[in-house]
Amino acid sequence: MDLLAFAGVVYAISAAAGFLGALTGLGGGVVVTPVLTILLGVDLHYAIGATLVSVIATSSGAAAAYVREGYSNIRAGMFLEIATTLGAVFGAHLTAVIPGSTLAVIFGAVLLYSAWHSIRKRKQLAAKPDRLAERLRLDSSYPSPAGAIAYSVSHVKAGFSLMFVAGLLSGLLGIGSGAMKVIAMDQVMRIPFKVSTTTSNFMIGVTAAASAGVYLSRGYIDPVIAMPVMLGVLTGSIVGARSLMGARPRVLRLVFAAVVGLLAVEMIYNGFSGGIQ
Amino acid sequence: MTAKTMERIVGRLLQTGVLLSAAVVVAGGVWLLSRSGNTVVDFRQFRAEPRELRSVGALLNTASHPKPEAVIQFGLMLLIATPVARVIFSMVAFALQRDRAYVIITMIVLAILAYSLVVPHG
Repeated sequence: MDLLAFAGVVYAISAAAGFLGALTGLGGGVVVTPVLTILLGVDLHYAIGATLVSVIATSSGAAAAYVREGYSNIRAGMFLEIATTLGAVFGAHLTAVIPGSTLAVIFGAVLLYSAWHSIRKRKQLAAKPDRLAERLRLDSSYPSPAGAIAYSVSHVKAGFSLMFVAGLLSGLLGIGSGAMKVIAMDQVMRIPFKVSTTTSNFMIGVTAAASAGVYLSRGYIDPVIAMPVMLGVLTGSIVGARSLMGARPRVLRLVFAAVVGLLAVEMIYNGFSGGIQ
Repeated sequence: MTAKTMERIVGRLLQTGVLLSAAVVVAGGVWLLSRSGNTVVDFRQFRAEPRELRSVGALLNTASHPKPEAVIQFGLMLLIATPVARVIFSMVAFALQRDRAYVIITMIVLAILAYSLVVPHG
């Protein structure tokens, strides 16, 4: 394939992924890597390098809007970023040691989990007082039409540990690990959904930057692949976010989850069969 | 500085970083495609990128004889620097609020980022 055709195809795929990712809340980056590796035969390391860069673009773009709305818990985000950036650096180093076939299997498993996470219903759990949360002044409030709603944060240690794992997977697979960050915040630390989602988005960029340094100096980030991926995912996600303003239609979410699930199975199969090395 | 002001500046900072880097990547991309759009590409085999595309310092050394790949890579580095700039800004904001604990927390995050971005790996 010549460069013009390659860039065109990759741009189109990335734009579609970014669009659907923004509409469904699943993030666009996760589907780009399997498509690049399975459909276009791109080496897994180049694919995760390019995707990681696009993750920084969408996270920063979306976070810009959210931060101004005042939903993000900046203190909690900063404190938990210690865990995610440490995990990310560790994960990024592991990519050089773990064989591509194993990475593909782990990638598939994480994709399956994210797909399931995006369609299942979550319950808002009541927070319990936590000494560490008080010491770190993590308790905060978020705006609502009826005025500010105060909330407290629970199980800080457990949440912090899970954030390390989220960072590890982000560095290992070049993804934002949004699903796992949200779980750590709303299911473990019992932070309100809207705050969890926006704070997670805020953290994704910093986490990804921590892996990006290692990726860059190991030579995983190729400008020719990263250019159409980053621009495609960015345009797709901007258009996606504008067209529905936060509404997430259930049918679309199910369809996209099914697509992600299929890609996940394909990824795992390719890992075991040696299709991805 | 109030929390509201801080949130507004952080939002603006992130937006500017993304738009600026996207503009540089588009410029490099257009140049690349117009110059070598017919070249055959193959990414099946992983060969690490050339040295000059793997660190900011080495990249800036090529500025006197620029190549489209280097321009794109510079745009990508601007993008990577965007969340880092946000962390640096937060540290200043916490310092202005005389919030010692959070200045230290932010410095730890910055140190980890610096390890990743400044130290050469592998």
